[in-house]
Amino acid sequence: MDNLHAGLMVAVIALVTILLRGIPFIVFGGRKKTPAFIVYLSDVLPYAIMGMLVVYCLRSVDILKKPYGLPELISGLAVVLLHLWKRNTLLSIALGTIIYMTLVQTVF
Amino acid sequence: MMSIRYAFKRSLPVMAGYLVLGIGFGILLETKGYGVWWALLMSVFIYAGSMQYVAIDLLSGGASLLSAALMTLMVNARHLFYGISMIERYKGTGKKKPYLIFALTDETYSLVCSGEAPEGVDQKKYFFWVSLFDQSYWVIGSIAGSLIGSFIHFNTSGIEFSMTALFIVVFVEQWKSASSHLSAVIGVAASVACLLFFGPDSFLIPSMVTITAALTAFRKVLDKKQKEREGAGNG
Repeated sequence: MDNLHAGLMVAVIALVTILLRGIPFIVFGGRKKTPAFIVYLSDVLPYAIMGMLVVYCLRSVDILKKPYGLPELISGLAVVLLHLWKRNTLLSIALGTIIYMTLVQTVF
Repeated sequence: MMSIRYAFKRSLPVMAGYLVLGIGFGILLETKGYGVWWALLMSVFIYAGSMQYVAIDLLSGGASLLSAALMTLMVNARHLFYGISMIERYKGTGKKKPYLIFALTDETYSLVCSGEAPEGVDQKKYFFWVSLFDQSYWVIGSIAGSLIGSFIHFNTSGIEFSMTALFIVVFVEQWKSASSHLSAVIGVAASVACLLFFGPDSFLIPSMVTITAALTAFRKVLDKKQKEREGAGNG
């Protein structure tokens, strides 16, 4: 990707983000009530989107070809279990990544 | 001075998180061929953790501007909610207001959304300094990560899993706090179905459309769950 396209992409992402952060103050900053549907969506959407992002990260994994997605499965499970156990975000991410790097560099 | 010191103290937990996640972001961005200036540019102007990780993928995968915009819209839609709940608290913040709104990340929101500042602390100044401290940690972390990635050479293969791990952790956190798992299940099921049907390069937009449609269809069920839980919480 050339620098111009990359720069434009950063600008687009920045612009959409600032719009999302600013729109409520512009639109609902007066006394008007926020539409119930918008409140509902911003309430439930994060749960679905995080699931989508996990799938997005794993989109190129081919479970029919060697190593059959095993590094992702093992490391992913490790992250889940570690997090349920210790509830420490940074620890779960760091150890999960180290496990994955070790697996793809030395085992598989 | 009191306000600055109080803001710094409150921001310390965020410091640890932002420095580490920022470093991870910087390293990952560097390994995809985007150096320290890109890290600085993104962390100053985008300043949204999860989205910046996704942006690395969009940049290195050569995505279109439209799909980048849609992706940002979906990933950052929750900020609408933060904004809605901060309208009252950010009233009367004057010249600082545009920056306060720009810098309203998940973590900053968690520091400004509740509680009154103690005596002697100007609440408006506290809002400003806590926002500024948090962004500084993120920018410093990103730059440090980028430099680490370019100066220290180690086998980075597999380091991209830090992004997967981050999203899994947030997913688990949300799973535990949700009044209903239906939304999370819809997210995963719709994405997997679209991935199988459309393939890895073009499944995101269909997934977003499917998720929004499904959440709209299940609104009654999910609204009811939410109300039941609020009722139980108050009772």
